[in-house]
Amino acid sequence: MKLVYFIEIQMKVLVAVKRVVDYKVQIRVKSDNSGVETQNVKMSVNPPDENAIEEAVKLKEQGIATETIAISIGEDKCQDVLRTSMAMGIDRSILVKSQNSLEPLAVAKTLKKIIEKEKPDLVLMGKQAIDDDSNQTGQILSALLNWPQGCFISSLKIEDKKVLISREVDEGIEKLETSLPAVLTCDLRLNTPRFASLPNIMKAKKKPLEAIEIETLDIDIEPKIKTLKVIDPPTRKAGVMVKDVKELVQKLKNEAKVI
Amino acid sequence: MAVLVIAEHDNQVLKTSTLNTITAAQKINNEVHLIILGKDIQTLSDTSKSIHLISKVLKCDNEKLENFLPEILAPIIVKTALSYSHVIAPASTFGKNLLPRISALLDTTQVSDIIGIENENTFIRPIYAGNAISHVQTNQEINLLTIRPSSFEKCENSGGEATLEEIPFIDSEAKTHFVSKEVSKSDRPELGSARIVVSGGRGLENSDNFKLLYDLADKLNAAVGASRAAVDSGYIGNEYQVGQTGKMVAPELYIAVGISGAIQHLAGMKESKVIVAINKDLEAPIFNVADYGLSSDLFQAIPEIIKELDLLNQIDS
Ligand SMILES: Cc1cc2nc3c(=O)[nH]c(=O)nc-3n(C[C@H](O)[C@H](O)[C@H](O)COP(=O)(O)OP(=O)(O)OC[C@H]3O[C@@H](n4cnc5c(N)ncnc54)[C@H](O)[C@@H]3O)c2cc1C
Ligand SMILES: Cc1cc2nc3c(=O)[nH]c(=O)nc-3n(C[C@H](O)[C@H](O)[C@H](O)COP(=O)(O)OP(=O)(O)OC[C@H]3O[C@@H](n4cnc5c(N)ncnc54)[C@H](O)[C@@H]3O)c2cc1C
Repeated sequence: MKLVYFIEIQMKVLVAVKRVVDYKVQIRVKSDNSGVETQNVKMSVNPPDENAIEEAVKLKEQGIATETIAISIGEDKCQDVLRTSMAMGIDRSILVKSQNSLEPLAVAKTLKKIIEKEKPDLVLMGKQAIDDDSNQTGQILSALLNWPQGCFISSLKIEDKKVLISREVDEGIEKLETSLPAVLTCDLRLNTPRFASLPNIMKAKKKPLEAIEIETLDIDIEPKIKTLKVIDPPTRKAGVMVKDVKELVQKLKNEAKVI
Repeated sequence: MAVLVIAEHDNQVLKTSTLNTITAAQKINNEVHLIILGKDIQTLSDTSKSIHLISKVLKCDNEKLENFLPEILAPIIVKTALSYSHVIAPASTFGKNLLPRISALLDTTQVSDIIGIENENTFIRPIYAGNAISHVQTNQEINLLTIRPSSFEKCENSGGEATLEEIPFIDSEAKTHFVSKEVSKSDRPELGSARIVVSGGRGLENSDNFKLLYDLADKLNAAVGASRAAVDSGYIGNEYQVGQTGKMVAPELYIAVGISGAIQHLAGMKESKVIVAINKDLEAPIFNVADYGLSSDLFQAIPEIIKELDLLNQIDS
């Protein structure tokens, strides 16, 4: 009798999801200038992280990915963005609990620890968080892991272990070919994130969510940068409405002197 | 210790962003060195020696550096960075892609997208799409910074006499390979550094109508920009997007046509000296930041403006 071995091909995708002030909220600087008010304001999944979630779920639907995991680092409340991720189709979640705000380097080190344990083949994240706008975490993580880096992607194709990406760069579009495992950061144009349906929101409540205390990971999360103050931006003084094109062109020429 | 600026270039000429970054570096320390990594960059390195404010050019020339893959660039820069107090790159997609890798390899936190420098340790940067301004202090052995090019003047490209030094190439055998780059060709000024920018939004309705905007831009010798909605709808390429997740611009004149003025768009253009808004909706938030607002249908207004400009030119000549 011949023995047949089935080797199941595993492809795990990890998605990093940050909880941020919703992009529609008009933010307020705290009166003591220590930061931005985040209490009692609507919080959401960081927008490009939704594209990362959508891409992971699509890879699973296409039979390319076998498991999708979302991870968020932050306070207890980050559970809500993980539930949203699972309602969109992510299989399970990990919350790394931290009371302190973390710099991108600390976030990346935390992700690395989890990755060493979970061993995903692909890490998808947002290209930037819309609160701190650092645009660093994916690049740092890729360097820490010594994995290929693909940033600001607007298209992704995975064939066997080959990865084809289009990156949005200042000059236009750059195409790269790389291999798994890899870290990719997503632009908003990568896809259109789905809305979580009510039944899926209910189902997501039963999906596994594991919580880990950041202290147990034994990493240096001490901030290296100090925020001295956060202030309001200078406001522009109100301008004037012109009545017609003639007046506009005259004003630009004779008053503003810019043409 | 001196400050090291990472040059952004296309193997032939320096991008304007490099000249902005040198100006920023000079605010930290008088001694500024420029590191250029690329392929066949002898001419580029030689001409860079004459940049005012630079005292040394460091050059690493290798065919594997042609496409600026961060996996290959970072380890070379890290080795050089050890003898500098600050390493600075522009907050362009080039700098954003590269500097965080150096941050990882040096175990140093980077400060992103700086718009002002108070002193060698204290920097000003926008957060929340420019709706708050943060003053941060960093006192690390090596300070890594990206600066927003539109917030710093470009430095003189002549008058200097820097020395040139070769640095060794280190092969990191990257698993990433360059396939191609689709670059839009245009004779118009570069969006990031143009004196005038004419930007179009969803109000333009389609890519054909954008031609109207190109005509206006050409009359003004202006660069063309766009809102995310216009790019998402396929009216124009992603390299034209202005805003929080696109390019940051601060021209002398910014003309927003058929753009509503969402905060994410304002994040990329509200530092412009003079803002003009053309929108048929009087309630559009763009009017709150505009120096001159024209409430009108753009399809009527733009041809009229072009005609007025022609008249002006006739009078002038
Ligand atoms: C000086 C300083 C002061 C700060 N002050 C505050 C403060 O007052 N309040 C506060 O809440 N935070 C504060 N932070 C933390 C800061 O807001 C960011 O969380 C941190 O710097 C990460 O940067 P970013 O989110 O902009 O990263 P980016 O590099 O822009 O993020 C890119 C991607 O990384 C992933 N990612 C980032 N963070 C997480 C996360 N926590 N969990 C999962 N995925 C993640 C996401 O996929 C995201 O799209 C401060 C940071 C600094 C450096
Ligand atoms: C995380 C995130 C990041 C983002 N980043 C960016 C970014 O970098 N840049 C950016 O631009 N957006 C960005 N956006 C999108 C932003 O929120 C807005 O959706 C977008 O800027 C709207 O583009 P618009 O003004 O062209 O379109 P709309 O908001 O649809 O406005 C069109 C305007 O055109 C006017 N109009 C229509 N027809 C005419 C006519 N015939 N004549 C005159 N006026 C006319 C209308 O009155 C309207 O005001 C981002 C959003 C998110 C969530």
